[in-house]
Amino acid sequence: MIKFDNVTYVYPTGVKALDGVSVEIGRGELVAIMGENGAGKTTFIKHLNGLLKPTSGSVYVDGKNTKTLSVAQLSKIVGVVFQNADDMFFLPTVEEEVAFSLRNLGFSEEVVQKRVDWALNFMELEEYRKRSPFLLSGGEKKRLALAIILAWNPQVIAMDEPTVGQDSLQKEKLKEMIKQLNLQERTVIISTHDVEFVAELKPRVILMSRGRIVADGKADVILTDGELLSNCSILMPQVAATMSRLADLGFNAKVISVEEAVRNIVEGLMRFEHIRGA
Amino acid sequence: MEIVRIEGLTFTYSGFDTPALSDINLSVEEGEFVLLLGPSGCGKSTLCRCLNGLIPHFYTGKMEGKVLVAGMDVSKTPTYVLSQYVGMVFQNPENQLFSLTVENDVAFALENLGMPRDEIRRRVDFALKAVGIEELRKRSPFELSGGQQQKVAIASILALMPKLMVFDEPTSSLDPVSAKSIIETILKIRKEFGTSVIVAEHRVELLADKVDRVVVMHKGRIVKDGSPREVFVSEEMIPYGVPVPKVVSMAKGVNKYFRVFNEIPLSSEEFEQGIRRFLHDKVR
Repeated sequence: MIKFDNVTYVYPTGVKALDGVSVEIGRGELVAIMGENGAGKTTFIKHLNGLLKPTSGSVYVDGKNTKTLSVAQLSKIVGVVFQNADDMFFLPTVEEEVAFSLRNLGFSEEVVQKRVDWALNFMELEEYRKRSPFLLSGGEKKRLALAIILAWNPQVIAMDEPTVGQDSLQKEKLKEMIKQLNLQERTVIISTHDVEFVAELKPRVILMSRGRIVADGKADVILTDGELLSNCSILMPQVAATMSRLADLGFNAKVISVEEAVRNIVEGLMRFEHIRGA
Repeated sequence: MEIVRIEGLTFTYSGFDTPALSDINLSVEEGEFVLLLGPSGCGKSTLCRCLNGLIPHFYTGKMEGKVLVAGMDVSKTPTYVLSQYVGMVFQNPENQLFSLTVENDVAFALENLGMPRDEIRRRVDFALKAVGIEELRKRSPFELSGGQQQKVAIASILALMPKLMVFDEPTSSLDPVSAKSIIETILKIRKEFGTSVIVAEHRVELLADKVDRVVVMHKGRIVKDGSPREVFVSEEMIPYGVPVPKVVSMAKGVNKYFRVFNEIPLSSEEFEQGIRRFLHDKVR
């Protein structure tokens, strides 16, 4: 679905934000791009809908080189939700914001209304539909930005730091939504350093540092590698951090979910009781 | 000595029917570290704005009740006076930055207060060092990443050395290691200067065992004001969007099978100690 072929991107200021990035993301995959601030996560995301074109190398979306397509054409395939939601709002009400791009994409008014209702309901923004986007709280703005993208139903949904400013209930909701989109064969790519969120979501993790991909694999492999993570300014999720402190007692340090950790500790304690009893 | 005293505060923004804050009563002692929790839109940011006088001086609306900071009535005290007692760091660092270089941004408020040049230089150095951005001092704040920008915003506040620092989701845009170092910086400042801290933050994993008190807000009201253990261990706050630290869930899970934890841990360190103590007692 997405292919980066030796992509390097240098900002006009001379900063090399991507440095020889090659990666493929398949249709229906769930991927978290992680890495320190300035690692190139946002630059990576901006290449997905053609906002940025590689300085060298190529990005392919659905088999097509992004250099041959406009942002408008790419946006139908890849919906991107940016970190600063404020930057994308300009209409007087929440519902008009959601309807705007749908009308631009040429949907009938009936479809527009249905999708606006669905998206606002899904993101729990129904009660704010007549309100100005600028009067929403940080978390609400973020949800509105997501609602706008979801409304036009792109195949690939990319979110830059979606959990920032979201409380635990909204994160839970976001997690469910991402899983649901993924079940519907959507490709979902999030850039984040919310390790706890990633530990619960368990996606494929692509770890970036200084414009390069330094690791790519399953969440429970990457998120339990303390040394690798700390080189990228990421902390282990709390479950893994806790278990690694107990590794010398024979507990499994390579787990990231509460359930696995509890099972491992309880089994360990049972063995201990058993040995002592014998 | 109280640094904050809020009595019967109700505030409704102009053009709104429902109040953003309803009957808030809160007092914070000097040196206390208070964590403010609640879903987005619950009034945390509005409450923070009341503490540094942005409300009622810049945001108009109907305000009832009283907000006293360091003994001064916020509604009757000019913001430039308040700024020497209360420093505030917001969610979006970009909104707080405007100078051509990082060091100018950090020096700006100090210059405005007419401090001697040597003192300004000393404080700028101190603040940049405290948040670990000395190497960025000549850079433009606008070419920095979100996390770096937030560090500049925090440095500008630290430089004022206020009695009370209010952080409105300060680590939202930071990577975990920087977030942790910001929290550590806050703790260090609090310890060294006795600064009181009020922080609104969702990342409880970094803070649960560090704060003195947790205040939970919901729909403009305070629904809980208690110790971190009371708040995080009882499940009653989950519907209010209060996250449960993973170690709390782990300890509760383990306790169902083995009575390991008499006191539910709030950090990895406490969890580890609990397990080791349990095994140690068993061996004896």
